[in-house]
Amino acid sequence: MTEPAISVTGVDRVFGKGRKQVVALTDVDLTVADGEFVALIGPSGCGKSTLLRLVADLDTATSGEIKVFGKGARQARLDQDYGIAFQQAGLLPWRTVAGNIELPLKIHGAAPALRKARVAELLELVGLTDFAKNHPDQLSGGMQQRVAIARALAESPRLLLMDEPFGALDEITRERMQNELVRICAETGAAVLFVTHSIPEAVFLSDRVVVMSPRPGRITGIVDVRADGLADHHDRTERARDQEGFFRAVAEVRALLHGGASTSSAGVEPAGVGVEER
Amino acid sequence: MAQLWNRFRAVVFGVLGVAAVVATWDVYKAFGPEQGVLVGDTRVLPRTTDLAMPHSWEMLQRFGEPVTGLPDAPDAIRAVFDASMFSLGLAARGWLIGVVVGMLLALLMSRLRIVESALLPWVILSQTVPLIAIAPLVRRWGSEIQIGSYVWSSEDSVAVIAAYLAFFPVAVGALRGLKSPDKTHLDLMRAYGVGWWRSLITLRLPSSVPYLLPALRLAAASAVIGAVVAEVSIGLKGGLGRMVIDYAVAASGDPAKPWAPIFGAVAVGLAAAGAIGLLGLALRPFRLTGVSTQ
Ligand SMILES: Nc1ncnc2c1ncn2[C@@H]1O[C@H](COP(=O)(O)OP(=O)(O)OP(=O)(O)O)[C@@H](O)[C@H]1O
Ligand SMILES: [Mg+2]
Repeated sequence: MTEPAISVTGVDRVFGKGRKQVVALTDVDLTVADGEFVALIGPSGCGKSTLLRLVADLDTATSGEIKVFGKGARQARLDQDYGIAFQQAGLLPWRTVAGNIELPLKIHGAAPALRKARVAELLELVGLTDFAKNHPDQLSGGMQQRVAIARALAESPRLLLMDEPFGALDEITRERMQNELVRICAETGAAVLFVTHSIPEAVFLSDRVVVMSPRPGRITGIVDVRADGLADHHDRTERARDQEGFFRAVAEVRALLHGGASTSSAGVEPAGVGVEER
Repeated sequence: MAQLWNRFRAVVFGVLGVAAVVATWDVYKAFGPEQGVLVGDTRVLPRTTDLAMPHSWEMLQRFGEPVTGLPDAPDAIRAVFDASMFSLGLAARGWLIGVVVGMLLALLMSRLRIVESALLPWVILSQTVPLIAIAPLVRRWGSEIQIGSYVWSSEDSVAVIAAYLAFFPVAVGALRGLKSPDKTHLDLMRAYGVGWWRSLITLRLPSSVPYLLPALRLAAASAVIGAVVAEVSIGLKGGLGRMVIDYAVAASGDPAKPWAPIFGAVAVGLAAAGAIGLLGLALRPFRLTGVSTQ
C-alpha cells in the first residue's frame, strides 16, 4: 500500500483572536489516495480554500496534522511535491506563454534544453502550441487557465491542488476544460484535490466528492462517485454526463449540501456505500 | 502604418502647441494694453512693453549674439549650452543618487513592516523642509567629509541637494510597486519555495515597473529643479542657476537676455524627460503588468 497523497487529521484553523475570531475549519479529517481525484464542494465561506491552502503550506493549521506523501506539508512544498492552480490564472503578464509554463522549472534550476523540451510537451498537452510566444493578455480566459494548468503540471507533480480553476469560465469552455483535465489526469496519473462550486463538475471529475458546511467549516459527508456506477476518473468519458449514476451522485451531493444534518437519515453514509443498498 | 500616423500626429500636435503659445505671446504683445490688464490694483496680465515682453523672435535672435559687449565674449547660445550641460550633469548625478537611495529605502520598507512604519513618515516629512534651509547644512556637513585625497566640492553639494528632491518619488513609487503583486502571485512564489531575494527578482521588481517609471520621470524633473535652485543657494558658478541670476541683471538694457537661460532650463528638462522615455522603451515588456489577467 503506497503512502496516501494527502492525509489530514483533526485539523482546525481559527483566524483572528477574541471576539473577532473566525473558526474556518474544525476537526477536519480527509485522506486522498495516490492517483485519486477528490473534489471539495460547499457553500461560500465554508473553508474550502483554507483547507487547500493548508495542504499547500500557504497557511498553517491551528492544530492537527497534515501529511503530503507521508511528509510534513512544509517539506512537501519545499520538495515541490505538488502543483497548484488558482481561480485567477495568475500568469506573469510580462512573460510569454512559454515563459510562464517554464517558470517553475527555471526557478528550480532545470537545464535549458530540458526546459525547452518539457515546455513543448506541455504546450502540446493543453493545445496551445501556436501561442507559445504570445503574452497572457492576448489570450482568452480559458486559454490563460490552460496555461496555468500546464504550469502546475510542469514539474510532473504527483499531486495537483486546484482552487476553482474553472470558476471564471463560461459553461461551454468549462465543460471542454473538464474533459481536458480528465484526459490530462489520465495521462499523468496524478492525485488531485479540486475545489469547486459546481455539483456536476465535482461529480464528473472526481472519484469522491467531499461536501463541507460552514460555520464552523467541517466535512459533512463524502460521496463515492465510483459506487454510483461511474468509472474511475482515469477512464471517464464525456458520456458519463448522461449516465444514470451521474444523476444519482449529483442528487446525493445536493442532498448533503442542503441538509447537512440529515446525512445519515438520507441513507448516504460518508463513504457513499448506502446508495448501493437502495 | 497606424502607428506611424499616430507618431506623426503627435509631432504635429506638439509643434502646433508650441506655435500656439508663441502666437498668443506676440498677439497679446501687439494688441494688449501697454499697462497690462488690471483688476482693481492687481495686474492679472503683464505689461506689453518691450522691457516686460520682448518679441519671441528677439529672444531667439539673442541666442546668436555675444553674451556681453566684451571683445572675446562667446555667443549666448554657446554660453547657455555650456551652462545647460553643466546643470544637466549635476542633475543626472543627483538623479542617480536619488534613485539608488530611493530604491534602497523602498526595498527596506517593503521587506520589513516595522521599517516602513518607522521610516515612511520621515521620508514624507523630509520633503516639507525648504530647499533654502538644507543648502547651507549640506555644504557645512560636506566640508567635514574628506576621504583620502577626495575633497567635498560645491558640485557634490548641488548633486546631493538634487538627490534630496529626487529620492522621494522613487521611494514612494517603488514601495507601492514592490507591494503591488497580487495574492495569487505571492502564493505561487511561496509554493515554489523561493526566498525573498529570488521572488524580488522574478516577481516584485518586474511588477513595480509601471509604478517606477512615472516615479523616475518625476525624480528627473525634481533633480533638474533641485540642481538649478541649489546652484543658486550654494553659489556655484557654471550652471543655469547662476546664469539666471546674472542675466536678470541685464534685463533693463537687454530684455531678451534673461530669457536665454530659461529656455536652457526648458531644454534640460526635455532632455531629462527624453532620457526617461528611452528607459521606458527598454523596460517596455514589463509595462504590461498593469494589464489584468484572468
Ligand atoms: N486570512 C484570513 N483572515 C481571516 N479570516 C479568513 C482568512 N481567510 C479566510 N478567512 C475566513 O475563513 C472562512 C473560510 O474562508 P475560505 O476562503 O476558505 O472559504 P471558501 O470555502 O473557499 O469560500 P469560497 O467558496 O467563497 O471561495 C471565511 O469565513 C473567511 O472569512
Ligand atoms: Mg475559496
